[in-house]
Amino acid sequence: MSLIEILIITLIKILIILTLTLLTVSYLVYFERKISAWAQNRLGPNRVGWEGILQPFADVFKLLLKEDIVPNKANKVIHSLAPMVALFVAFTTYAVIPIGPNVQIFGYDISLVVADINIGILYVLALTSLGVYAITFAGWSSGSKYSLLGGIRSSAQMISYEISMGFSIAGVLLLSESLRPIAIVESQAGWMWNAVVQPIGFITFFVSAFAETNRLPFDLPEAEPELVGGFHTEYSSMKFAGFFLAEYANMIIASALITTLYLGGWQIPYIEKLGLADWLVTVFQVGSFFIKVGMLLFFFIWIRWSIPRFRYDQLMNIGWKVMFPLSLINLVWVAVLIMIFN
Amino acid sequence: MAEKKRLKDLSIWQKIYIPEIFKGLALTFKNMLKPKFTMEYPEEKFIPPASYRGRPVLVQEENGEERCVACGLCSRVCPALAIEVQAAETEREKERYPERFEINMIRCIFCGFCEEVCPEEAIVMSKDYELAFTNRQEAIYGKDKLLVPVSQLQDRIEFLRNYK
Repeated sequence: MSLIEILIITLIKILIILTLTLLTVSYLVYFERKISAWAQNRLGPNRVGWEGILQPFADVFKLLLKEDIVPNKANKVIHSLAPMVALFVAFTTYAVIPIGPNVQIFGYDISLVVADINIGILYVLALTSLGVYAITFAGWSSGSKYSLLGGIRSSAQMISYEISMGFSIAGVLLLSESLRPIAIVESQAGWMWNAVVQPIGFITFFVSAFAETNRLPFDLPEAEPELVGGFHTEYSSMKFAGFFLAEYANMIIASALITTLYLGGWQIPYIEKLGLADWLVTVFQVGSFFIKVGMLLFFFIWIRWSIPRFRYDQLMNIGWKVMFPLSLINLVWVAVLIMIFN
Repeated sequence: MAEKKRLKDLSIWQKIYIPEIFKGLALTFKNMLKPKFTMEYPEEKFIPPASYRGRPVLVQEENGEERCVACGLCSRVCPALAIEVQAAETEREKERYPERFEINMIRCIFCGFCEEVCPEEAIVMSKDYELAFTNRQEAIYGKDKLLVPVSQLQDRIEFLRNYK
């Protein structure tokens, strides 16, 4: 392939991934509201369009038309930088997540990932830790006590959960022997899903993912009842929408990462034995990736409307005294497995 | 003082916490499938029971006359001073009737005292709860808006006879 061809193909991929995520994010907000309503025996939004299907667009237009308020005491530059950082981090992470195996279209061999880099997981970790800066910036630059408290909580939370997250990923990497997301997916062929091989690591990563995305039960940076919204107290209009979008985009990333690392990515166990046509297999595999991500997203929302928020000290306790040792045990477990079977 | 007892002896399953999480999740999931309580208001309206105190109205007899004899008791008892009655004489059997009867719906607190004090069963609380005005003039309900045929108020009148 020539340089131009690679450029065009990559641009098309970026366009597809970006529109896909933006659409998913907006409908995730819709489903969040719907599922919360169902869990509380309500109906949820059902006025705009059929069953409220156009609600996300109505929300966006409302937010666009709102006045953008910047507090007097705020540091104006950083105040407007924070939501940009949040969005940037949220959307760039998709670049390395593979949604399917390589496909042949018009004679080109195309991998279904925007950037197939061999340090993909490292890239994801680097970017997700950058996401803390968005929240800390927002908290600090707003010039409000509540926002500052939210920002501090966020950084403390991230530090304690990134460690157990890193160690759980280390378990995966021991098995796959590569940081390339595609290689990690391929190492989980058949029923050798990491969720089955290392269930403890799966649970620690899952819990850390909740903490990383600031979702309930770990949404202490927001904590509406105590912090009036935490880091985004002083945000309005599209800047607030930026944080809002970033939160849901992070949720999708977390789900996609869990799928890639622990649930076998796009793979369906033993699908090659059915003897289907190649293109059909690919379609099924891409579909299975989306179904897995979708189910995880539902689980994220479901958890939110079932479990109350942790107290700050409980959160720290779980992070350092439970999750961290558990992820170490998982690492040892994987090492023992490799010792025995290799 | 009685000693407070706290539930401290959790079983090992409760201490692990994860089974309890799944119990909670099962509960919310069960609720997702249950029928919904929401009433879709403009299309589907809540019909209150007879004990409901909605907008106070004047009872209008079948022959089109009001029952009210303009004694002014309702106006007197009204804690919010929302009712204004102007009495006048007539040739009819009851001799008196309200020339002007106004209830200021911004002031009304729906306490039902007027209905309780009325000797003629002439003012009762209806089931009407859809009260909206765009200005203060509109909020003062005169006889034209207050008179409601007795057939529509049978529910409430029966309720009052049973419980008053």
